[in-house]
Amino acid sequence: MNTVLSRLNTIFAFTLSVMAGLTFLCFLSTFFNDHKALVAINTGKVIVKNVPDYSASREKNDLAEYETKDHKLNQVVVWDKIIKRGDNPILDYRKANTKYYFWDYGNGLRANKNITLTLSWNVIPNAGTLPKIMGEGHHRFEFPEDYSPNRFQ
Amino acid sequence: MGMFDFDFLDDVRRMNKRQLYYQALNFGMIVSSALMIWKGLMVVTGSESPIVVVLSGSMEPAFYRGDLLFLTNYREEPIRAGEIVVFKIEGREIPIVHRVLKVHEKENGTVKFLTKGDNNSVDDRGLYAPGQLWLEKKEVVGRARGFVPYVGIVTILMNDYPKFKYAILACLGAFVLIHRE
Repeated sequence: MNTVLSRLNTIFAFTLSVMAGLTFLCFLSTFFNDHKALVAINTGKVIVKNVPDYSASREKNDLAEYETKDHKLNQVVVWDKIIKRGDNPILDYRKANTKYYFWDYGNGLRANKNITLTLSWNVIPNAGTLPKIMGEGHHRFEFPEDYSPNRFQ
Repeated sequence: MGMFDFDFLDDVRRMNKRQLYYQALNFGMIVSSALMIWKGLMVVTGSESPIVVVLSGSMEPAFYRGDLLFLTNYREEPIRAGEIVVFKIEGREIPIVHRVLKVHEKENGTVKFLTKGDNNSVDDRGLYAPGQLWLEKKEVVGRARGFVPYVGIVTILMNDYPKFKYAILACLGAFVLIHRE
């Protein structure tokens, strides 16, 4: 009855069930969290350029959520940041450039009057669900009527 | 009675035919219920592979190698920027877990999107099939909804060391067949 194998088996099974129980408690501890937060975004100088995109074999492209003639909904990520556990979760930036280029699929940015900037985030818990939260608060801006003439501005 | 007494084999010797059949059927039951659970999950989640193991470090620090992801892929749920999707590219066996960077959706619902791994400095166009610039809905395996750390490390070990896989399978099979209730 009490062979090495059966004892190993018992220890293994017990360890597994304790770990499963703890993981479930981890899941419970974050499942009911409300991850909402307030967001205030603004834009400074907005310029739009018409430049060739060499990474994609397309002709020319204009450089957040907006609507163009042929695409109803367009979303582009322009900035992101990873906040680890223990980091300061309050983001306060005064002058920030976009982290990624704001390309359009076609030529839909020039004189586009309906661009909405929002901030949303994923929460990765120790174990459990992966909620995606939309920040409360957004900023709407317009792109100018003309392409910026200066190449390096 | 030594330490390495193989007295568990005595169980087999003592079994009669009826019990052997019972054990074999029992084994079949285990295999088929595992299959049923998997297929049932596929129906409930709408994803062709509802549970995936993260195989690369391209989403660190969110997901590490060996983390287990639970996916859903409901037709009516649109793909939006910032979501973590799992997609499979033509000509590549292994599904990739990355975050959506850009979405362009037409009025009729056809959607083109671009992805990027959190830990990669550039987007995924280099990973796509040659000449492919955008992903489409048909390439999506699922959206990440739940997360359990480390559990999938067994799968990774099995993939990296096939001998380990056969040893585990043999042990489990032998245990189920030999063990007498």
